[in-house]
Amino acid sequence: MRGFVITVLALLTGLFCSSVIFLPEIGDPQSAPNQHITPVYISQSEIDTGSPNIVTGTLADYRGFDTMWETTVMYLSGLTAALILSKSTMGRRPEKEDDYE
Amino acid sequence: MMKDPFGGILLNIAFRMLVPFTLVYAVYVLVLGETSPGGGFQAGVVMGFGIVLARLILGERATIFNIQMKNSLVLAGCGTFIYTLAGWLTLLGGGKFLDYSFMPVHMEPAHEMHALGILMIEIGVTICVMMTILNIMDAVVERSDD
Repeated sequence: MRGFVITVLALLTGLFCSSVIFLPEIGDPQSAPNQHITPVYISQSEIDTGSPNIVTGTLADYRGFDTMWETTVMYLSGLTAALILSKSTMGRRPEKEDDYE
Repeated sequence: MMKDPFGGILLNIAFRMLVPFTLVYAVYVLVLGETSPGGGFQAGVVMGFGIVLARLILGERATIFNIQMKNSLVLAGCGTFIYTLAGWLTLLGGGKFLDYSFMPVHMEPAHEMHALGILMIEIGVTICVMMTILNIMDAVVERSDD
């Protein structure tokens, strides 16, 4: 089982790393985001969102769904840290591990 | 809950001056996040820092700031819920999820409703981040009190 997991993880990591060469160069004016999205956001952000701050407009309005799950991830990570660190034994594996192999 | 205060008398008095200013500055960062750098995440961090500082200094005497761990876990979830509630309110108003033009209140001009929605979700983010910091601090302190 462990060997299978390691193989799948290595395969996925190799796939992700090999896709880096297809990404556009940073600051390339001919890349797709810089031709359509960025100029529209810069010129339309204040009219669309009513916020003079482009970062807030993008974060909270154009990308609101993304930020919602970001908040959820933060809540879950805090919950997990609290569950691991606290001394309450609820849901913990028992000290004697007779029931497990 | 911290049993004992944190440092000597000098550190306590020096840091005690910082607590109210930190809390007021957090509200400033939250409200002004729309027009200046700042926003929910930063305001939550600053507010959590103020409360952690107050608890470090006062120990058990910080009665307002000693939020119990079960309550702070629930409140962090409530912050996330406020964010999602903004999305459901826009659905009730007849729009898409998180499309603030369709908030159920009517305001002129239209982008004022966007500002209202952004303020609402940022309040939710602030509560979530602040209570998450308090959660982690509570968990660490609870273990070290043994």
